[in-house]
Amino acid sequence: MSLRNYLNKIKPNFEEGGKLHAFQSVFEGFESFLYVPNTTAQSGANIHDAIDSKRIMSMVVIALIPAMLFGMYNVGYQNYAAANMLAGASFWAMFGFGFLAVLPKILVSYIVGLGIEFAWAQWKHEEIQEGYLVSGIIIPLIIPVSTPLWMLAIAIAFAVIIAKEIFGGTGMNVFNVAVVARMFLFFSYPSVMTGDKVWIAKDTIFGLGNALPDGFTMATPLGQIAQGITPTSNLSDMILGFIPGSIGETSVIAIAIGAIILLWSGIASWKTMGSVFVGGIVMALLFQALGMTPIQWYEHIVLGGFCFGAVFMATDPVTSARTETGKYIYGFLIGAMAVIVRVMNPGYPEGMMLAILFGNMVAPLIDYCVVQRNINKRAQRAINK
Amino acid sequence: MSLFSKQNKAAFVEPLNLNNPIMVQVLGICSALAVTSQLKPAIVMGLAVTVITAFSNVIISIIRNTIPQRIRIIVQLVVVAALVTIVSQVLKAFAYDVSVQLSVYVGLIITNCILMGRLEAFAMMNKPWPSFLDGIGNGLGYAMILFVVGAAREFFGRGSLLGFKIIPDAVYNAGYMNNGMMTMSAMALILLGCVIWVHRSFFYKEEK
Repeated sequence: MSLRNYLNKIKPNFEEGGKLHAFQSVFEGFESFLYVPNTTAQSGANIHDAIDSKRIMSMVVIALIPAMLFGMYNVGYQNYAAANMLAGASFWAMFGFGFLAVLPKILVSYIVGLGIEFAWAQWKHEEIQEGYLVSGIIIPLIIPVSTPLWMLAIAIAFAVIIAKEIFGGTGMNVFNVAVVARMFLFFSYPSVMTGDKVWIAKDTIFGLGNALPDGFTMATPLGQIAQGITPTSNLSDMILGFIPGSIGETSVIAIAIGAIILLWSGIASWKTMGSVFVGGIVMALLFQALGMTPIQWYEHIVLGGFCFGAVFMATDPVTSARTETGKYIYGFLIGAMAVIVRVMNPGYPEGMMLAILFGNMVAPLIDYCVVQRNINKRAQRAINK
Repeated sequence: MSLFSKQNKAAFVEPLNLNNPIMVQVLGICSALAVTSQLKPAIVMGLAVTVITAFSNVIISIIRNTIPQRIRIIVQLVVVAALVTIVSQVLKAFAYDVSVQLSVYVGLIITNCILMGRLEAFAMMNKPWPSFLDGIGNGLGYAMILFVVGAAREFFGRGSLLGFKIIPDAVYNAGYMNNGMMTMSAMALILLGCVIWVHRSFFYKEEK
C-alpha cells in the first residue's frame, strides 16, 4: 500500500493553506479515482451500494477495451488491405500501425475533456466528478480514423461545455456527451465525417503502414447500400469486424464481449440493451415486408454503429430512461428510429447517432408518463376499494 | 425638462446594456436567429428595426392621448405596418440583394416583440422625445447583438466578414475547414445563449 501512504503524505499540501491548494480538486479527483473514499454523505436519504460512480465508469472503460483493441487492429488491417499488402504483413505491424493512428485521438480526447472538467471544477470550487472518463474513450471510437485532431479537440470542448457543464456537470446532462461530440463533427465538418474517403488511414506512421493516394475511396457497407451498390463485404467479415467504419464500431464480437462484461456486472440495463435490438429488428422486418430496403434485418444489426450504440451509448444511465417500463420504450424507440433514418433518409446512411439523441430527448417524457400512469393506477385502486 | 436630462439618457442607455431587449428581456429572438447567418443582412436588419422602433415610438407617443384604450393594439399595428412597408420598399429600391436575402423577415418586423413591447410599455405613457430615444436605444441594443452573432457566424461558418475573405488560403491549405454548423440556426441559438451567459456573468450576481 505504498501508493496509499504516498497519497497520505502529500495530502496536506493540497488542503486549505497548503502551497498547492489551487490543485486541490485535481488531487481529490485522483485520490477518489484510485481509492474508494472513506467518507459518506451526512444528510438526506441515500441508497447504500458497494459500488460508486468512479468504479462504474472504470468498469465501462474495461468493457470498451476489446472494441478499442480490435478497432486499432482493424485500422491497420484496412490500410494494408487497401494497399494490397495483406499477404506480407504481420499481425504486429498491422496492430502497431492502428495503435499509432488511434493513440493521438485518445490522448487529445482525454487531455481536452479532462482539462476542461478539472478547470471547471476548480473554478466552481466543486469536486471533480470524472464523468468524462467514459466519454473520453467512446469519442475516439465513434469517429472515422482520418478525423483531424484539431476538429476532435473543438468538438470535445463543445460537447463537454455545452452538453454537460452548463447543465450542471456529470449526472445532470440531458444528452450523451459522446454523441453530442460526434453530432458536432457530423454537422460542422460533413466532408470528413461521411462519404467514402474518410474510413481508411492514408499515411505511413514511423515506417508502418502504406501511403495511399489522396483520391483513394472506400465506402462503408452502409454507404455502399445508400448509393445503391451491393456491399462488397460478406457476412462473416461484418460480424468479425473487418469492414471499413468508425474506429471501434465494426466488430460485433468485440462489442459482445463488452456487453457481457456490462451485463454481468449489472452496470448496463439488459432491458434497454435488449429492446434497442428488438426495436431495430422489428422496424427492419417491417421495412423489408414493405419492400423499402434491400438490407436484411441481420445486416441492419451488424452494420454501422448499431451494436456499439445499443451496448455502450443507449445504456448510459444518466441520459436513458430511469423507470423500468420506460427502459423498454426508450430502447425500442432508439432501435426503431435508427433503422427509420437509415431507410427513409437517403442523405444519412447511418442513423444510430440521431436515434440516440432523439431517445435522450424523449427519455424524461417517457419517465414522466410511466410515473404518472403508475400514480393514476394506484389512486384508482384506492378509490375503488 | 432638458433634452438630455437624466431620465432621457437612461431611456437611451439602458436598453444598450442592463435592459437589453435580447439579452435581458429575451425578445425578438426569432429574427435574431433567422437573419444572422451573414453579417450584412444582420446589420441591415438591425438598422431597419432601429428606424422602425424609433419612428413608431414617436408617432404613437404623439397620438397617445387620442387612442381609445380598447383598439390601441390595432392602431399600433397600423403604424408599425405602415413603417415596415416603407422600409421594405426603400430596401427593395436601394439595396435589392440584401432585401432578397432578408426575404420575409423584413415584413415580419411587424410581429417583432420588441416593437410592440416598447409601444405598449413606453410610448403609450411618455412624450415623443424620450420615446424617440427609447426606440433608438432598443433598436441599437438589438442591432448590437445581431452584429456580434452575425460576425461570429460568418467568420467561423464562411471564413469571411461582410463578404470579404478574412481567413487566408494558407490556413485552409494547412487543413482548416469552415464550420458548417455555424451557418445553421441551431448554432445561432447556442451563440446567443453564450452571449447572454457572458453578459449575465459580468453584470448580474447570481442569486443564492
